[in-house]
Amino acid sequence: MTILKYSASVIALAAAATAADARDQLQIAGSSTVLPYATIVAEAFGENFDFPTPVVEGGGSGAGRKKLCEGVGDNTIDIANSSSRIKQSDIDLCAQNGVTEIMEVRIGYDGIVFASDINGADFALTPADLYGAIAAEVVKDGQLVANTARTWADVNPSLPAQDILTFIPGTKHGTREVFDVKVLEAGCKATGAEEALVAAKGEEDGKKACLALRTDGTTVDIDGDYTETLSRLDANKNAVGVFGLSFYENNTDKLKVATMDGVVPSVETISSGDYPVSRPLFFYVKKQHIGVIPGLKEYVQFFLSDEMAGPDGALADYGLVPDPELAATQAMVDAETIMKPLN
Amino acid sequence: MSGKSLFAKDARTAARNRAEGRFRAYGFSAIVLALLALVWLLISILGAGAPAFRQTFLTFPVTLDAKLLDKSGSGDPAALSKVTTTTYGKLIAKALEAEIAARGIEAGEVKAKEFAKMLSEESSATLRTMVLADPTLIGQTITFRALASGRIDGYYKGRVTMESAALDKNVSPAQLVLADRLKDEGVLTIAFNPGFLTMPDASDKRPEAAGLGIAIVGSFLMMAVVLVLSLPIGVAASVYLEEFAPKNRWTDLIEVNIANLAAVPSIVYGILGLAIFINFAGLPQSAPIVGGLVLTLMTLPRIIIPTRAALKAVPPSIRDAALGVGASKLQTVFHHVLPLAMPGILTGMIIGLAQALGETAPLLLIGMVAFVRDFPGGFFDPAAALPVQVYNWTTRGDPGFVERASGAIIVLLAFLILMNAVAIYLRRKFERRW
Repeated sequence: MTILKYSASVIALAAAATAADARDQLQIAGSSTVLPYATIVAEAFGENFDFPTPVVEGGGSGAGRKKLCEGVGDNTIDIANSSSRIKQSDIDLCAQNGVTEIMEVRIGYDGIVFASDINGADFALTPADLYGAIAAEVVKDGQLVANTARTWADVNPSLPAQDILTFIPGTKHGTREVFDVKVLEAGCKATGAEEALVAAKGEEDGKKACLALRTDGTTVDIDGDYTETLSRLDANKNAVGVFGLSFYENNTDKLKVATMDGVVPSVETISSGDYPVSRPLFFYVKKQHIGVIPGLKEYVQFFLSDEMAGPDGALADYGLVPDPELAATQAMVDAETIMKPLN
Repeated sequence: MSGKSLFAKDARTAARNRAEGRFRAYGFSAIVLALLALVWLLISILGAGAPAFRQTFLTFPVTLDAKLLDKSGSGDPAALSKVTTTTYGKLIAKALEAEIAARGIEAGEVKAKEFAKMLSEESSATLRTMVLADPTLIGQTITFRALASGRIDGYYKGRVTMESAALDKNVSPAQLVLADRLKDEGVLTIAFNPGFLTMPDASDKRPEAAGLGIAIVGSFLMMAVVLVLSLPIGVAASVYLEEFAPKNRWTDLIEVNIANLAAVPSIVYGILGLAIFINFAGLPQSAPIVGGLVLTLMTLPRIIIPTRAALKAVPPSIRDAALGVGASKLQTVFHHVLPLAMPGILTGMIIGLAQALGETAPLLLIGMVAFVRDFPGGFFDPAAALPVQVYNWTTRGDPGFVERASGAIIVLLAFLILMNAVAIYLRRKFERRW
């Protein structure tokens, strides 16, 4: 079979030689959270400009950034969508492969909401409640004990007396990072568990222990998309799931959203900062491709234009929380300013 | 003589008969179970997917106002293409408003601004494309058939109800009432939707406009690559191994490895394809050529095995007779053995292709899962593939895509059934038994 493989790669090489002409459509990959926004923009871009419609792929934030950093040239992507900020390791990898000029573009914010079945009970959550419900160790009567809460009412008497079952994003999702920081860490601090854990295990291990979850089946990691979380909720009507705001806004007839610290998540409450669980969304542009791949700068400018990313734009309509500093980002893109080193 | 009749069963015979009866019952229930599963699968897919072939349309006159679309009045294509879909969207919204007023339809609580929300956002792009293709339309009033929005369409397919609309931020019950009135007036119609088979994929905001066009073209291009490469390579390899190669340890080793390769999980070929064709050979991502090459690697062993079986099935007497009348080895193979083995080879080939057509996993790794809106002009342009499109649509947030995914499964199944039917026909028609 090795002969076969060799002949196949020979054919591939021959084919590559004939395909030497330059790519004329943009290639974008990365976060599946940014994907719907990117497809909406790509679609409108293809319709209204003389450039072909960009090809947009999912695959996850980390995978997208890695692809961006593979090098410069036709067969590498132009833009990486990302639901978390680029890491120093990505920048190092980029630099190693000659990708030295990256533009960081923040397109807006994404809210992370907790929702349950539309016919279920109302939930008014706080990070402390969530921490108390799903963390491995909690503080009880001043003592650090393993979490044995069975129902939400055990955690907080004002919550419904139904069994705790939560569907949270798996560790490969960018969403999980936000969940860890904005919910678990916040809850850990608020319940005083952080103090107790740090006292018991030391500074670093104690903070890490804040993120440890129960392993008795009360939390389930969902590695798939929000559609999977939705179908799991459908099967377990008592469960609470984690969704992106835009997904929730497109399924308001099936989901009931929980308030967080008494605030209902919406585009308005997230952009005002009242709703605590949100994160910025980015994409990273390979500046070295501007002027080489046709339409790259135009696409980025179109993405950030008021009719797309603005407060009344098409993306806000779909659930993107507009960035109040959009004008600054627009100016940054017009000037093609590359990103500063991470601090 | 024990005096017992042979017709009276003794205990052992009865037990053996019961054992046979039980075995038959097991076998029968296994078949029934399998059939029930198949029927359930087909009913659920057909039930969920059939609506994708029908779509809700709104038909009304639109006046293509020259003042808006061609400000300079020159009809210059470059100037015309400066007018964006936003302008066309406003034009359509106004036209629908005028139509509702002209027909005297009671709009109820729906504000004039919300009329256009009942239409797909795709409609403005459709109209723009129409005008750019034929600028003489400017200034005329044309009858325009616009797609209804996904929620209005879902109302007529049972996905959206008055109760769910009350909770849904994308549609209101009043809009559904208005939709019913428009239906009574004949403005809103539900018709067969050829666009599902011809239009490209659409973004999350317009599930009603998403089609399989690019996926079908992409799958077709990949199958062409697989056919062109794997038929000659597979047949040549089989003929050599079966007719010419000496039987020794090396050929045994190769034989075992072909069988092994046929059993390798397809995702492995995806990883191999990513490494060889994209990272090493530098072929473009998401291109049917790469998909075709990967699927060729995967299909080859699955073609070589039935091809060798077909060659083996040709009786040695044929070869002996040919050699006996003085044919060379080559002539024997090409004039006699191969033609007789052809039906079996073709059947194996078609079944191999059908497997490749339904393969998803390796394509995910080489970027065939991308969102592509422009039809590929050749093997090197980005495209989608049918099974990957199914996967892609099941991950979308809008509930309208569930029906699209099931519809795509129906199309895929139709292709597979067609290919298998051709294979069966060829086998029945040309197969010879000795």
